[in-house]
Amino acid sequence: MQFSENWLRSLVNTDLDSQALSHALTMAGLEVEEMQPVAAAFSKVVVAKILSAEKHPDADRLQVCKVDVGLPEPLQIVCGAANARAGLVAPCAMVGAELPGFSIKQAKVRGIESFGMMCSSKELGLSAEATGLLELDSDALIGQDIRQYLDLDDHLLTLKLTPNRSDCLSLTGIARDVAAITGATTRFEVISPAAVELSQRKAVAVTESSACPRYCGRLISGINAQAITPAWMVKRLERSGLRTISAVVDITNYVLLALGQPMHAFDAAKLNGDVSVRFANAGESLSLLNDQTIQLKTDDLVIADAQGAIGLAGIMGGKPTAVSDETTDVFLESAFFVPSVIAGKARRLGLSTDSSYRFERGVDFGNTRNAIEYATTLIQQICGGKAGDVTEVIGTLPARQPVKLRMARLVSVLGIAFEQPKVAQLLTQLGFSFSVGDEVFTVTPPSYRFDIAIEEDLIEEIARLHGYDHIPATPPVATLNMLAVPEQQLHLNQLRDGLVFAGYQEVVTYSFVDESWERDLLGNSAPIKLKNPIASNLSVMRSSLWGGLLDTLSYNLNRKQERASLFEIGAVYHQEAGVYHESTRISGLAYGSAKPEQWAESSKEVDFFDAKAHVEVLLGATHTGRQLVYEKAVHSALHPGQSARILLDGKAIGWLGKLHPKWQQQYDFAKSTFLFEMDADALLSRHLPAYQEVSKLLPVRRDLAIVLDENTAVETVLTAVKKANIPLIKEVALFDLYQGRGIAESKKSLALSVLMHDTQKTLTDVEADTAIANLLQLLQNDFDATLRN
Amino acid sequence: MADLTHLIAEAQADFASSASMNDLEIAKAKYLGKSGSLTDALKGLGKLSAEERPVAGAAINVVKQAVEAALTARRESLLNAEQAKQLAQESIDVTLPARAQSQGGLHPVTLTLRRVEELFHSIGFEVATGPEIETDFYNFTALNIPEDHPARAMHDTFYIDEANVLRTHTSPVQIRYMENALKTNKAPPLKIIAPGRVYRVDSDATHSPMFHQVEGLWVDEDISFANLKGVVQDFLQKFFERDDLTVRFRPSFFPFTEPSAEMDMSWNGGWLEIGGCGMVHPEVFKHVNIDSEKYRGFAFGLGVERLTMLRYGVNDLRHFFNNDLRFLSQFK
Repeated sequence: MQFSENWLRSLVNTDLDSQALSHALTMAGLEVEEMQPVAAAFSKVVVAKILSAEKHPDADRLQVCKVDVGLPEPLQIVCGAANARAGLVAPCAMVGAELPGFSIKQAKVRGIESFGMMCSSKELGLSAEATGLLELDSDALIGQDIRQYLDLDDHLLTLKLTPNRSDCLSLTGIARDVAAITGATTRFEVISPAAVELSQRKAVAVTESSACPRYCGRLISGINAQAITPAWMVKRLERSGLRTISAVVDITNYVLLALGQPMHAFDAAKLNGDVSVRFANAGESLSLLNDQTIQLKTDDLVIADAQGAIGLAGIMGGKPTAVSDETTDVFLESAFFVPSVIAGKARRLGLSTDSSYRFERGVDFGNTRNAIEYATTLIQQICGGKAGDVTEVIGTLPARQPVKLRMARLVSVLGIAFEQPKVAQLLTQLGFSFSVGDEVFTVTPPSYRFDIAIEEDLIEEIARLHGYDHIPATPPVATLNMLAVPEQQLHLNQLRDGLVFAGYQEVVTYSFVDESWERDLLGNSAPIKLKNPIASNLSVMRSSLWGGLLDTLSYNLNRKQERASLFEIGAVYHQEAGVYHESTRISGLAYGSAKPEQWAESSKEVDFFDAKAHVEVLLGATHTGRQLVYEKAVHSALHPGQSARILLDGKAIGWLGKLHPKWQQQYDFAKSTFLFEMDADALLSRHLPAYQEVSKLLPVRRDLAIVLDENTAVETVLTAVKKANIPLIKEVALFDLYQGRGIAESKKSLALSVLMHDTQKTLTDVEADTAIANLLQLLQNDFDATLRN
Repeated sequence: MADLTHLIAEAQADFASSASMNDLEIAKAKYLGKSGSLTDALKGLGKLSAEERPVAGAAINVVKQAVEAALTARRESLLNAEQAKQLAQESIDVTLPARAQSQGGLHPVTLTLRRVEELFHSIGFEVATGPEIETDFYNFTALNIPEDHPARAMHDTFYIDEANVLRTHTSPVQIRYMENALKTNKAPPLKIIAPGRVYRVDSDATHSPMFHQVEGLWVDEDISFANLKGVVQDFLQKFFERDDLTVRFRPSFFPFTEPSAEMDMSWNGGWLEIGGCGMVHPEVFKHVNIDSEKYRGFAFGLGVERLTMLRYGVNDLRHFFNNDLRFLSQFK
């Protein structure tokens, strides 16, 4: 809400200067978002009248003027403005004046002495452009300082009001709060009822009394709708960000700003019969003031005449019954519509008006009648006309239930001491009526406050007036208990640290992604869609983190990075039968050389097994004692020959593989990209270490080379060996893989190290030979493997 | 018995002229070998009388010890020379760069969240989480923001459907946590922080459609607004490692707290808004069946990107989600 500081000061008598007032408002919850002077600083500019204007003898476009500036003698001023003419009243900067950006000196203009300068609004910094001298009213007081005359020593204040403070959506309300905060006194205009000089009146039928508990309407006839809005009102409206439209509309806007009561004036001649307030009928439509025609719904409250809806209650009036220059009779409306009936409607219709904004937050229902009287008085002053009696329909107004405020509760919630008289004083400053007994206040909130329903609301008011600044920062006193530290539960940070140690950089990418990534890259035909995405390429929720990682890689390759290892931990989302699920994933990408370019090692591109090593960094502690399997499987994003599904104890927990060449090409990546992704939850539990006897005996190692079919997966061989649990064999590991000369086509050779030991005694060669023979037998039976010669 | 002392000098000369261990062994044999001159002399002792033998033996031994000492000294010297040669050969340029490894790092938002979690953990706060696709109920209604309430307009909400939104704040985690506490019969004190991603339909130089918040909640029998201020101020001082930081509260409005406040932090002579807070609204307690007569609580929400920007001097919010490695690598 924007308004003029001087208007506010006319309603409340405070000693605070502009800065202090602004600070006080902010610190009381009425945040001053902006405070701007109405005009830049300038001095020695007065209202002046051009007495005569003669052509300059030596310049076609200049005139030599005699100017009355209120001094005994007129000044001679050379002026180049086209509109300079005898009789014009305009600002004059005297010699010595400081204007925005320059100062005025006595000068000779083309040989003629000039003792000042006639000014345009641009020269005074009041506007960005100007076509000539600023023309002032002919009755302006000659010689008066122009700042005073135009009321330029003023500020525009913009408040950022919270939705609970609808009472401050008017100058009256703000003035009332300034008084409450500072203890200053208000000086509100006394509004007296307009004299009733017209016998006509309209009957008003409020069929929805609960939606409109108070309605006041009155006819004013014989007005001059073309009357000029007085300058003082135009100025206040303009400084509140409203432009002048016509006298009647300006007056209703003015009352809205002054009192917070939205008003509407109908052209009475265009109304058919009496007025009613009802919900719209099915199929009813209404042509609005903004030239929009809307189909009404049956929960839209309307003002209607005998023929149909003439206004959308509390939101906007109808076009056909609008006041025009030809209007002579108006029907003026001042009503209270309950917030719940107006709330949401304006948003649904895409119309947020000053009126709906106030009604949905709460308008003072105690001021409805006052407002119509005030508007009537102003209309009569400005447009003339005779007023009829007010038709007032009152239903059940919102009850203001008394709210208890216990001193003990106040003190314990705020954590500071309070004396009862101080609380009483603050409540008085707020204008709340209350009674007090036994350390308990019983407070009845006024009709303009819609935010005082419970004790805490009063506590906030007391705190606000006392000053949040005066509440100390006190550390809590509490019982100390240690927090549980489950050792078998890992923290995501441990996973992060593992990848960082492996050289990965963490990234954070958007949770919403391009729908095509989901569809094409991930084969997700039914991603969760946003109804109102911020951009079409951020329209669905991701089901994998890969899209973001690939996008990040692309972004960085375009910025001349040559290699990248990236990871992200974040939620992914999917839906199943209309239910949304989300889980946390950890995902990585590796691209370019496996290590930074260096003198110490020759460069090697990152490959599947580098990525696999990083997967195992993550699986580190988790998979001890559990069955980890990499299963060759096909994924739409991955190279079919280089992709694996990761299974832990038989449960699929993620994927590992090389980006499919077609995506590599589409992303325009020069090199292979490796990706992995796993469910973070699957990685966050670990077994509790349990000690096992360490053998005092030394193990025996035997190495074997076996030859088997090249398509046999090594993991199946190692798993089978492990499962067979051959006596004495503790560990079998692959230490070489060979294909080529000396090995038959379509075969491969595996070099295995076999560790054996007996916990009880030293192994004999015979025992070791037997174990190896058993192992070879198994390999031969299960995998058709032979010992390599 | 002939005088053998001349052998000492001879041996010393022979040893000194031996340039290798091998030569030295040959030279040694000349004196101490099976038919070396000293060995022969010792063998000759047997021919002497019992009276002469000790005197002659002692004399030979003196010479032998001297020769052995010379041998040892020469051995050592040759060994040293050999080692010195080897060491010289093995010498490298220690100023060459280390074998390069990839340097990973954490996202700056993670750094902030870790600090926040650590600091609150140190006074007994647990970390709680909740879904990002949140029901309208938890995101709004349970937080005392009924449908059509103007406060909803303060949140530019991403909608999934009628009943589900992308959470606009981390406050719904409060509700979920308190509900769960009730179900598991966990009575206050409840102390949690809830860090996470939140979403608003807003995108410009100072707004991101996705950002991070940390929600804090402390419910106990005797928790006050002054305590809220105390905890937040303590946090900020520790987070920024500056004892001179103060926090300023300004009255504000959140439907789920009462009294409510905006939190400003003193910074470079001015005030910076860093989040919202307040005392848990009795309506919220009612939703989760906590007796607001017996218990009180405070809640606060901090902007994580804001804290990160101030902590590390980042001047543009957009850096956080562009993920330019030249930016991210600065936070190692």
